[in-house]
Amino acid sequence: MTNMNMIQSLNSALDIMLDRDPDVIIFGEDVGYFGGVFRTTDGLQEKHGDHRVFDTPLSEGGIAATAFGMGLNGLRPIVEIQFADYIFPAYDQIVNEMAKIRHRSGGEFWSPVTLRTPAGGGIRGGHHHSQSPESQFTHTPGLKVVYCSTPYNAKGLLISSVESNDPVIFFEPKRCYRGPFYGDPHKVPTWSDHPEAEVPEGEYRIPLGQARMALEGSECTVISWGAMVHVCEQAIKDSGFSCDLIDLQTLVPWDKETVVGSIEKTGRCVIVHEAPKTSGFGAEMSASIQERCFYHLESPIVRVTGWDTPFPHTTEWDYMPGPTRIAAAIAQTQED
Amino acid sequence: MSSDGSKGSIRVPDAPFRPGEEASFDSWPWKPGDFSMPDPKTCEFKDTTELANGLVRVLDDDGVASGEWDPGLSAEELRNGLEHMVRLRIFDDRMMKMQRTGLLSFYMRSLGEEAVAIAQTMALQEQDWIFPTYRQPGAQFVRGRDMVSMICHCIGNEEDNIKGRQMPVHYSYREGRFISVSSPVGTQFSQAVGVALASSYKGLDEVTITWIGDGASAEGDYHYALNFASVFNAPVILNVVNNQWAISTHANFATGIGDFASRGLPYGLPSIRVDGNDFLALYSVTKWARERAASGAGATHIEVLTYRTGAHSSSDDPSRYRPGDEHTKWPGGDPVVRLKEHLINIGEWSEESHLELEEKIDSEVVEAYKEAVKFGDLANGPYPSADTIFTEVYEEVPWHLQEQHDEMMGGQS
Repeated sequence: MTNMNMIQSLNSALDIMLDRDPDVIIFGEDVGYFGGVFRTTDGLQEKHGDHRVFDTPLSEGGIAATAFGMGLNGLRPIVEIQFADYIFPAYDQIVNEMAKIRHRSGGEFWSPVTLRTPAGGGIRGGHHHSQSPESQFTHTPGLKVVYCSTPYNAKGLLISSVESNDPVIFFEPKRCYRGPFYGDPHKVPTWSDHPEAEVPEGEYRIPLGQARMALEGSECTVISWGAMVHVCEQAIKDSGFSCDLIDLQTLVPWDKETVVGSIEKTGRCVIVHEAPKTSGFGAEMSASIQERCFYHLESPIVRVTGWDTPFPHTTEWDYMPGPTRIAAAIAQTQED
Repeated sequence: MSSDGSKGSIRVPDAPFRPGEEASFDSWPWKPGDFSMPDPKTCEFKDTTELANGLVRVLDDDGVASGEWDPGLSAEELRNGLEHMVRLRIFDDRMMKMQRTGLLSFYMRSLGEEAVAIAQTMALQEQDWIFPTYRQPGAQFVRGRDMVSMICHCIGNEEDNIKGRQMPVHYSYREGRFISVSSPVGTQFSQAVGVALASSYKGLDEVTITWIGDGASAEGDYHYALNFASVFNAPVILNVVNNQWAISTHANFATGIGDFASRGLPYGLPSIRVDGNDFLALYSVTKWARERAASGAGATHIEVLTYRTGAHSSSDDPSRYRPGDEHTKWPGGDPVVRLKEHLINIGEWSEESHLELEEKIDSEVVEAYKEAVKFGDLANGPYPSADTIFTEVYEEVPWHLQEQHDEMMGGQS
């Protein structure tokens, strides 16, 4: 085991897959010679060659289409969209092509692309370096949607995503690349000494569709993903209540057993995500929990989310769910 | 100020002729033999300026072949090409009749464009990948697909290899390396570059061919494809089929410069315009582009100049937006007639043998149709079983789809 930050663990996963599978190929904007604007692919071109790790034109639609075509012809491309905010020129290729090809061709063709993209706020990125567009993809049959949160799960989930024969949209919470984020912008902790930053150097997998129980408790179930998992951890401590904290890890397909089991135990639920509230994946979770666990619920499910506005720049801390809002929501579930 | 209160104006293009007007096209200034054939392995984009602004022809208006681009095909190969074109035309007629009598939900003919996919696919090797639009189903005949299987797809019956999931003509034929057709226009163009680059990566002697319409060349995917193909030197053949019409939108709306081939030049791609109704010219240009791609010299951008004789689809009525006889004025004539006349000119065909061929294929199509409907027709089925809605969405059925499947089946899964 080695202490790694999330950049290092993702890099390790990519390195392992390049070593292990000659069909793996990595490309995207700035990922080659430079090693990526966040350094995630640092050193991989030098080690594996520029025919396997390379830069592309600034063309998200072209990157997605090229990856899709390579996948049809037997390769296993891993591509980076530099910021999730810039994924939309590729949206048609992802939604109408990658997601549909296996079904529409009667299983004759498929394309196992893994599309990595840094997402979420907390880096003063304003409208277009901060969004968390997971629900734009969870609504598309044929895609798997993954959202990592720690160095350990980032590596294990990425290896599973690359090995998946289905297309995977892999969100990386950029605020957590170099340290967990507990909701206080003035504190910048690192991953050193964090138990979830103890990462095996070799390969391991976290199965897609499996959630992580980050904390165990009895009075409330808090469900989240990405950077918000760490904010929830802080909020739970601040609230003084005993809570299960479920890090969903995979949004499609999500881990029904873990979620239902927890709600049946606690009877109370808070769902937290950075993305806007309306039609966010929290709505799907809330509806599904209501359908499955109604008679176990002791109080209304509460969502704590980003507002239904564009993501702001200097006022981002008023936009993102913080420990105060989340702790208040946990307390609200205990009132009835 | 105009009557609606606006102060300025927008220059909106128009089609050359509208219903009620007399269509008349200038005859082409280019003749067979006008252009020499550059070495495909060393040719650079700037060497193709004349080819992009001109028109490669092999057959003249009298069906006589000449010039450096004459591929020198044997009479047998020419008859084979003619037979595939006749097959496609008769097949299309039958399918259209089926659609009109409610036996298919929808149909799209290749009428007037039969040479495109057939000549170009014949010029390839069997290991090459075909990434078509809905206007290149003819490539499947060249690759040996069984007609019954094609009709079963168009019906969407229980033998449809894509299980009734897509509209008719959205074929998928892996055995023939014919990649699934997608409705959103243009997407295959950029994807084909990826298919080709995978062949490069694996070091295989494989070339990918793809097509896009004049209309869809306004989509981003067209430009992604040209740029990626150029930057990464992809072994791909990029064809813009300029058939003048995208449903009712004339090609004048797709580009402000009036032609398509030359748009490849600033991307650094050798670019050629070819008479799309001239089987020999199409074959030759494609073979040239294949040789170029296979040698490692990269992509070729081709404008296939033709005319969409039929409607866009069974849902379209072109008499609403163009003169009904416009296709009869097209300088390129009819691709089937032109190849037939050429074969007759060289003493390898006759009107009688052509009639016999048509009769033979007509009964072949009728027989195939009768065989196909044994597996179900549109009105009565049987259709693919309902549970195929849930399969192949993912490699394995995830729990939430399984739950919905069970719900649909009323708990009788």
